[in-house]
Amino acid sequence: MGISQIQQLIGGMGVSIQIFTVTLVFSLPLGLIVAFGRMAKNPALQNLVKAYISIMRGTPLMLQLMVVYFGPFYLFGIKIGNSYRLWAVFIGFTINYAAYFAEIYRSGIQSMPAGQYEAAQILGYSKSQTFFKIILPQVIKRILPALTNEIITLVKDTSLAFTLSVMEMFTVAKALAAKGTMAPLLAAGIFYYVFNLLVAVVMEKAEKKLDYYR
Amino acid sequence: MNILEISHIEKSFGNIPVLKDISLSVSDGEILSIIGPSGSGKSTLLRCATMLETLDKGEVRYQGNRAVWADNGGNVQFAPKKELKEIQRLYGLVFQNFNLFPHYSVMKNIIDAPVHVQKRKKEEAAKEARELLKKMGLEDKADAYPCQLSGGQCQRVAIARALALNPKILFFDEPTSALDPELTGEVLKVIRSLADLKIAMVIVTHEMAFARDISDKVIFMADGVIVEEGTPEQVFASGNERTQAFLGRYGDILK
Repeated sequence: MGISQIQQLIGGMGVSIQIFTVTLVFSLPLGLIVAFGRMAKNPALQNLVKAYISIMRGTPLMLQLMVVYFGPFYLFGIKIGNSYRLWAVFIGFTINYAAYFAEIYRSGIQSMPAGQYEAAQILGYSKSQTFFKIILPQVIKRILPALTNEIITLVKDTSLAFTLSVMEMFTVAKALAAKGTMAPLLAAGIFYYVFNLLVAVVMEKAEKKLDYYR
Repeated sequence: MNILEISHIEKSFGNIPVLKDISLSVSDGEILSIIGPSGSGKSTLLRCATMLETLDKGEVRYQGNRAVWADNGGNVQFAPKKELKEIQRLYGLVFQNFNLFPHYSVMKNIIDAPVHVQKRKKEEAAKEARELLKKMGLEDKADAYPCQLSGGQCQRVAIARALALNPKILFFDEPTSALDPELTGEVLKVIRSLADLKIAMVIVTHEMAFARDISDKVIFMADGVIVEEGTPEQVFASGNERTQAFLGRYGDILK
């Protein structure tokens, strides 16, 4: 591999990390909002959110990315520029991962004993104080292992941006490999592996940090 | 004045009536014990009084103000939000299984609500909390987490947490039922020591000797009704068949 190939790979790496970061930053809070919708008492809202989660989980992310990218043109006739590619990836990933995170949040929230809510109510905490001070911190501890799983999947899923020809790690590696060498693909493999190793280490640290209580 | 007045409360779970026309009152500083077999509605009564459960009929008043009631159409009404908040400041509840916040230290469990709900100064709340912990015999546990404590210690922290909000009336829902006899003793000792705080207490308990010794008034409940009400002497020496049948099991302890 020459210098320019290595530079291209590093560029791809940057884009992959960007997709990963943007997706996490937006889908983690969005997932919480979706979880609230999923648990809403209003049946219309609940069913709407259920349908959304069902579609996000039931169809390939690759297809969802294409819908997000081509949808504006085919549905509304909006002309899409080249710069929209990366945005479509951000949007597609965020709404897909928010659905998965929502279900993880929901499992955590519903596993909380009623006594915690009751104690908070008796002590006079408001609903939002109860959720953010008492419930959510404990939920996070409970769902951390499941979150780790999902985040590791996200690292590998960033390669699906290849569908929209976004020049992330995998797209670059594949293009370079087409010129007759395995080395770029090997480099990509190492990149994903090391990235995930890092994710696992960070998440383990977080779990340890929350180990002070049961 | 009566701190608590419960009038003609009824409550069913599905088709099963749990409380049938219950009325009682607690005056300032009075200690009331509620005894009776499991499933007689004692806990449900406390949960209705503390608004953890909504009643079907009747009303609950604190210091004469209506907190929750069922109107003529059978709809449950609550006092206006602001008033309700004031009313909720008047009472505290100690749970059977403590319900401490596991992610908070003992100190934070006690001062968090005074600081973030009652908006009191943190230093002041912490100072009071340390005094409460001393009273509970837990002065060295301020920095511990609930998972590091025994059940009896947890329950004492829970009592301190309830007291930190300065309630006028404190409800205990079988405070020692989750504890072994040794730990039960230490918790009961602490509750006894509260008698001079002049806080009204309503204690649902299976500890008959304790109820007899500490209470100003005892209520015996069975099958969702108040069978008997009176001073400990009256109730424990009652000739009522149902009361006798229940207390008979405790005969030896009470002699």
